[in-house]
Amino acid sequence: MDALKQKRRERRADFLRSLCFLAPSLLGVGVFFILPFGVVVYYSLIDGVGSQNFVFLDNFIKLFHNSAFLTASKNTLTFSLMAVPLAVVLAIVLALMLEARIPLKSQFRTFFLSPMMVPVASVVLIWQVLFNYNGTVNEFLLAFGADKIDWFQSDYAMIVVLLLFLWKNLGYNMILFMAGLANIPRELLEVADVEGASEAYKFFSIKLRYLSPTVLFVTILSLINSFKVFREVYLLTGDYPYETLYMLQHFMNNTFRSLDYQKLSAAAVIMALVMVVIIALLFLAEDWFGKDVEG
Amino acid sequence: MRKKRYFSRGVMFLLCGIFAVAFLLPTVLTITNSFMAESEIKSNYGMIFNTTSGGYVSETVNLKFIPDRVSFSQYITGLIKSPEYLIKLWNSIILVVPIVIFQVAVASVAAYSFTRWRGKIRSGIFFFYVILMLMPYQVTLVPNYLVSQWLGLLNTRWSIILPGIFAPFSVFLLTKFMRRIPYSLIESAKMDGAGEWQIFTRICLPQCRSALYSIAILVFIDYWNMVEQPLILLQDTDRQPLSVFLSSINAGEIGLAFAMATVYMIPSLLLFLHGEEYLVEGIANSGSVKG
Repeated sequence: MDALKQKRRERRADFLRSLCFLAPSLLGVGVFFILPFGVVVYYSLIDGVGSQNFVFLDNFIKLFHNSAFLTASKNTLTFSLMAVPLAVVLAIVLALMLEARIPLKSQFRTFFLSPMMVPVASVVLIWQVLFNYNGTVNEFLLAFGADKIDWFQSDYAMIVVLLLFLWKNLGYNMILFMAGLANIPRELLEVADVEGASEAYKFFSIKLRYLSPTVLFVTILSLINSFKVFREVYLLTGDYPYETLYMLQHFMNNTFRSLDYQKLSAAAVIMALVMVVIIALLFLAEDWFGKDVEG
Repeated sequence: MRKKRYFSRGVMFLLCGIFAVAFLLPTVLTITNSFMAESEIKSNYGMIFNTTSGGYVSETVNLKFIPDRVSFSQYITGLIKSPEYLIKLWNSIILVVPIVIFQVAVASVAAYSFTRWRGKIRSGIFFFYVILMLMPYQVTLVPNYLVSQWLGLLNTRWSIILPGIFAPFSVFLLTKFMRRIPYSLIESAKMDGAGEWQIFTRICLPQCRSALYSIAILVFIDYWNMVEQPLILLQDTDRQPLSVFLSSINAGEIGLAFAMATVYMIPSLLLFLHGEEYLVEGIANSGSVKG
């Protein structure tokens, strides 16, 4: 009985001490992220900061009838659905190529990571030089007898942004996959070699299985980064870009300027909910796929 | 068989080479173009960035790697003639340096807590941190703005620095590193009568020296290139960092923009070249959301 009490007291002491170490961070996170987000949730449920009448889902219903919000959601979704799978697949391809003991491996790794350092401003300048109507890419097209394309003001605009996104993020993702590949037990691949397994078999049945946690993580990461591409789109095309490039972030920015807190809060709450659902689904998927390889 | 393998390796090498050139292109272009005089820039890119003033403008765009004549005029304009850019550079430094130092400091204590004690509440809080880390900036923007307003931080540097310090990214990453420290090490220190703080400073921190470095680099690169936060929270242009200002340099000063972008790249470039192994290790260890 005494031993149990002693143990319980020790555990409580442990808990209190752990709180001491966690306190600075928890306090800051509470003040700067959690509390204000609570207020955002509250704002999304009332009719105005002045009157503060509780209107429950009205703001959300209004938002779903807002054409700018719908366009922005659709475009963001379309972009993410194209960008994320490409960012995952191409990064795996790069990682597999670098893994195949080619010469200058570490130099290639450096090169692929270099986009991390380039300031946004010069990225934007270079992209303009390349994809402007009078830009380099169109010069090439002319030289080969093709017509010029108005890259930023047509349905091609999303491709331009997609290229920018991939250029920026593939290196980081590739490193994650290289780390994942390095964790695969060597013996397993050697056994497969001895048994004469094909490269395709080795990839799909062994490597991909072990990579599944990484695949899911890179998916989440790329999803977040696909939201971040707004920075470049904004600098390239301004507040009101070509229609397919009008993203949720443009909507938030423009709403922000008009200080419509209700609309803004409702949009933020919806985005947060969607993210939580996606993350939860990916976690479940990781459990499902990873259960037989994680020891 | 062997021939086939050499062939496929050759193809991969070639592919990697093509990719590498494409990846390096913007970096190299920025640097080489910064050594072009304004007249050369104008003649090369005049077609795109409709410069109003006179001078020769080439009919077609010339994407050139090597300047006709190496000129430092852009650097002289940016760094010596007008103090504006140096002030913005200083702004960047006083925003980013405290964020990096204190984010890593706060995070290392929190990560220690997450490492040493396990339990339901603790893993719940950790999961919460992960979710928070994964939230896109557009979601945290409104709360951030509100809290800055209440605390009277709006339009001061603190509105950027304080949320930066408590961003959960380093907590997450550092926790993953610390959990790898062998438990026996901590246990034996405890046997010798060391308190928690001593275990933390004498054993844990020295063990994750490389992790701290790699996280600092990642945080630095992230905040060094920030644009959105200052645009909204720090609208006073005198206090904005160079990253924001660079993106608003007007069309007539493309050459200057390249030169200042090159200057701006130097700190990240040095950190990158000096600590690439650490950086890669840092990225590699962020590889799974579960600890």
